[in-house]
Amino acid sequence: MIRVEDLRVAFGQDANRVTAVDGVSLTVREGECFGLVGESGSGKSTVLRAVSGLNHDWTGRVSVAGADQSPRRAKGFFKTCQMVFQDPYGSLHPRHSVDRILAEPVAIHGLDDADGRIDRALREVGLGPSFRFRYPHQLSGGQRQRVAIARALILEPRVLLLDEPTSALDVSVQAEILNLLRRLRAAHGLTMVLVSHNLAVVANLCDRLAVMNRGRLVEELTVDALRHGDARQPYTQQLLRASQGYDRATAESFRDFA
Amino acid sequence: MSDQPLLEVSNLRVAFPTRQGVTEAVRGVSFTLGREKLGIVGESGSGKSMTGRSILRLVPPPGIVTADRLAFRGEDLRDASEKRLRAIRGSGIAMVMQDPKFSLNPVMTVGRQIAEAYRVHSKASAREAKRRALEMLEAVRIRDPERVYDRYPHEVSGGMGQRIMIAMMLIPNPDLLIADEPTSALDVTVQMQILAILDDLCGQRGMGMIFVSHDLNLVASFCDRILIMYAGRVVESCPASELRDARHPYTRGLLDSLPRLDDPRRDLPVLTRDPAWLTDDAPPEKAR
Repeated sequence: MIRVEDLRVAFGQDANRVTAVDGVSLTVREGECFGLVGESGSGKSTVLRAVSGLNHDWTGRVSVAGADQSPRRAKGFFKTCQMVFQDPYGSLHPRHSVDRILAEPVAIHGLDDADGRIDRALREVGLGPSFRFRYPHQLSGGQRQRVAIARALILEPRVLLLDEPTSALDVSVQAEILNLLRRLRAAHGLTMVLVSHNLAVVANLCDRLAVMNRGRLVEELTVDALRHGDARQPYTQQLLRASQGYDRATAESFRDFA
Repeated sequence: MSDQPLLEVSNLRVAFPTRQGVTEAVRGVSFTLGREKLGIVGESGSGKSMTGRSILRLVPPPGIVTADRLAFRGEDLRDASEKRLRAIRGSGIAMVMQDPKFSLNPVMTVGRQIAEAYRVHSKASAREAKRRALEMLEAVRIRDPERVYDRYPHEVSGGMGQRIMIAMMLIPNPDLLIADEPTSALDVTVQMQILAILDDLCGQRGMGMIFVSHDLNLVASFCDRILIMYAGRVVESCPASELRDARHPYTRGLLDSLPRLDDPRRDLPVLTRDPAWLTDDAPPEKAR
């Protein structure tokens, strides 16, 4: 469904040039949920932004739903592929009502029955019609993230890209959103790419994952292998240990991986 | 050292008057703290940060803080003068905030900021302060203290910024450190390293610590004792090692809603909130 080959992204000029993504290749099958894990600056979000068409300046090959993608995308692409962002406080227009937020993609793509679509999308994310005429500031963080998911789903995409969708939320709300995403994936046969720094969140939702460090793909493994601690690379093993909670001896053993 | 507790808090309340009436952010929190690491855990809006801030009278107006007792080493903080409080802040009780980006002065080199923190609380010369600041940078494991000393906050990474904050807070040698989500903005491996530094310094100096966090697992593995807050109240208090056997349904619900690597279960149990949690008192801590 998604194929990325030798993707390279760099920012800045000359001396200030930073290679954020350095030759990343990966394949995501149809209907699969693929996790992309790494620490800050590892390039995981940059990969996602290149796939989603938000970043135009990359080299390599990106194909989504069997079609090769150029850096700038036609409108039709966004009907197939939608994205949900990390910060539900920043990603919704503060002066647009939920109704207007959801009506916009419908209008842009010239779809009919906006009213019915908005109603269905809201029900699907568990909000119901009573939320339709509220403004973002009248919603909790979890409710806002549900609106952001509804906005992505209203175009009935085949691919959903998720950039840290739960890291701004409390754990009890995180559980609700993870359950919702799993249910939506099963109901619509969605292909998902989940970017997260939290291994447990990725393990909960995904089937396979790739670990990134400093712009490179360190290793690809299945969630089952992760659960059994069968990571081959020392970097992945270190991440695993770090996510088990604080331990004085473990903290001492950490080192930098170039 | 007498057996007097480091900090005594009894029936602490923080209220904010609003147009819709008075909102109580903290509703009757009581605890005593010795030379230990106390974790305060809760979700956003549970009042955990306000509890930490009210101890140093850092609750912004129009917030009103009241307490039956709020004493640091036996000294009442409620009627301490601003002048007295300024002396306590820093040298008696220090506070580390979540984000070094917003807590460091952007137009002053980090070294000078640390040295200033030392000079405010001692009569040291500029030279002596610089020497102490460099020592402190080394203590928080910054590899090249001389180089970092002359850097501005925007020139250092998040993890290093947080180490600098910790260095600045520890240089006046406080007895109590209040750390409000000190590692939430950091990567997990950096987080572990910062915690190791705090752990060592606490142990070496016999410092008490209040560690405010939303991360249950982290607090359970790092602290000695935990208070779990919900809607401004402490709903449960237990030794950190016994968090897994927590009894309050809220604590249980929070623990269950965490995705876990060692548990392949897919659908996560969702927390259903019981209105009774708003009024129930915390059961007394089991005798150890």
